[in-house]
Amino acid sequence: MSHHPLEARGLSKSFRNFCAVDHIDFHVAKGECLGLLGPNGAGKTTTIRMVTSFTPITSGEVLVFGQNIVEHAREVKAKLGICPQEDNLDPDFSVEKNLLVYARYFGIPKKEAQLRAKELLAFVDLEEKAKSEIIALSGGMKRRLVMARALINRPKLLVMDEPTTGLDPVARLGIWQRLRKLKQEGVPVLLTSHYMEEVSQLCDRVIMMNKGKIVLEGKPHDLVQSEIGKEVVELWNTDESTETALKSLRMPYRKNGDRLYLYDSVGGEVARMVVEHLPRVERLVRPASLEDVFLKKTGQALQE
Amino acid sequence: MFKNISGRSWQVWRRNADVLMETWYLNFLPPFLEPIMYVLAFGFGVGSMIHEVSYQGHKLTYLAFMCPGVISVAVMFWAYFETTYPTFVRMNYQRTFDAVLATPLLVEDVIVGECLWGATKSVMAAVIMTIILGCFGLVSWPSVLWVLPISILGGVLFSSVGLITTAVCPKIDMFNIPIFVFIFPMFLFSGTFFPLDVLPTWAMYLAYVLPLTHVSVLIRAAFLGFPIGEQLGSIAYLAVVVPAFFSLALVLMKKRLTN
Repeated sequence: MSHHPLEARGLSKSFRNFCAVDHIDFHVAKGECLGLLGPNGAGKTTTIRMVTSFTPITSGEVLVFGQNIVEHAREVKAKLGICPQEDNLDPDFSVEKNLLVYARYFGIPKKEAQLRAKELLAFVDLEEKAKSEIIALSGGMKRRLVMARALINRPKLLVMDEPTTGLDPVARLGIWQRLRKLKQEGVPVLLTSHYMEEVSQLCDRVIMMNKGKIVLEGKPHDLVQSEIGKEVVELWNTDESTETALKSLRMPYRKNGDRLYLYDSVGGEVARMVVEHLPRVERLVRPASLEDVFLKKTGQALQE
Repeated sequence: MFKNISGRSWQVWRRNADVLMETWYLNFLPPFLEPIMYVLAFGFGVGSMIHEVSYQGHKLTYLAFMCPGVISVAVMFWAYFETTYPTFVRMNYQRTFDAVLATPLLVEDVIVGECLWGATKSVMAAVIMTIILGCFGLVSWPSVLWVLPISILGGVLFSSVGLITTAVCPKIDMFNIPIFVFIFPMFLFSGTFFPLDVLPTWAMYLAYVLPLTHVSVLIRAAFLGFPIGEQLGSIAYLAVVVPAFFSLALVLMKKRLTN
C-alpha cells in the first residue's frame, strides 16, 4: 500500500484562547513541492511545528508515509529533513563538525557521515569553509549549511520553514537552485514562505493560509488564472474622481492602501480603457501574480 | 514519565563532551588549581588558627575536616553551574535543542543527556581534586574510592536541581534568585566548612534538610576512612531525594521544551 509522504487531517492547534491552526487538511504527494503561503501569523510555522512533532497537536493527526507522527516520533523524524526558520547551527563547532555531530543523532556511522558531509558541503558550495567557525559565515552560507545539515540523513521528505527569509537576492537564488535540484531527484518538499515569487518558482501546488485556515489551494498558475486572470493594472495617486470614473465605466476595482487594482482576464483591454479614460492617473500594467491572488483573498477592503 | 528515556541521550552527552574537548586545556585547569588554593588558604591560613575539630567522635585537623567539604561543594557547583547557565544558553540562545529535536532524538533524550553531562562534570572535578588532595596525603585509601559513586549520585542530584531552575526561570537573570536563596546558603551551611553541631539546634535540623549536607557527610566518610555503611541517614536521604529531583527535572523540563 502506498502512502502520501505527508498527510494532515483535521489538524488544529489552540493556545489558551487563541486558535493558531483551525482544522486544516492537506497532503504532500510523491515528488511534489507543496508551498504553504500566508502572512506572518497565518499559522504556517505552527503547522510546520506540528508536522515535525515540535509542538503537541491539539486535534487531528499527521501521517508521514502512513506513520502517525505522535505514535512513531522517532521513526518519522528519521525520515525527515527539517530546515527551521531560525538558524540553529552549533556555534561551538566548525562547519564540517556541525554535519558530523548531526549525523550522530541519526545514528549514521562515522565513515559514512564523513563521506556524506563532504558530498553535502560540495552540494552547498561550502567545501572551502569546512574548517571555518559558524560565526565567520554570511547569512546565505549559514542557510546553505542548515540545508546541508537537513540532508545528512538522506530525508524522504524535506520540510523547510521560510528558507530564504532575510536573505539577499543572490543568496536566495542559491537556495532555490538547490531546492530545484532536490526536486528533480524526487524528494518531496513542504515549504513555507511569504514570498510569492519563491512559491511560484518552486512549488507544484500551493496552499494559502490566513488566520489559521486554508483559504485557497491549487497550482500557482491556475490560481492566478482563475482568481485574477492575465494582467493587473495598478493605479496610484488617485482621488475620489478616479473611483467615480471607474464606477461609471463599470470597471470593477479593488482598493488596498493607496492603490487601486484592476484585474484583466484577457490582457490589454483594461489597460486600454484606463489609458483612454484616465490618461492622467499614474499606473503600472503588469502580469498577474500570486501576490494579487493573495491580496484578493485576504485583504481588507474589497470594493466593486 | 520514563517511557521515552533511551540510550540516545548518550549523543546529547557526547555533543557536550566534544565541545569541552575543543578547549580542554582551559576546562581542566580550574579543578587542578582550586584544591591547591583551598589547601593554602584554609589549611595553612584559617587552619593555623584552629587546632582541632571534633567530628563524629573523632579529633581532626581543620584541613582534614575541610577537604571533603571542598569536594562536596565542587560536586554541587560543577553540576549546578552546568545545567543552569550553559543549558539555558543551549536551550534559548543557541537553539541547540531545537536542532537536536529535528532528529530521531526526543525531549527526554535531551534532558537525560544534559543531566548526565552535568553529573559528568561533577565527577571529573571530584576525581581530579581528590587526586590532587591525595598528593598532599589528605585522603584515606581505599575508602576514598567511594568518592566516585557518591559524586555520580550528587552530580545527578545537583544537575537535576539545575535543570529545575532552568525549567522554571523564564529569563536567565532570574537564576540569581535560586542561587542566592538556595545554592549559596547551602554552600556555606551544609557542614562543608564547619561541623553542624556548632549551630543552634533549629539551624542544625534545617541544615539536615539540605542535599549538600548529605553529600558532604558521605564524601567526608570516604575521605576519612569511616565505614560508609554507618552513614545510613545520608544514604537513605539520597536514595529518596535523587530520584525525586531527577523526576521533577524531567517533568518540568519536558513542559518547558514542548510548548
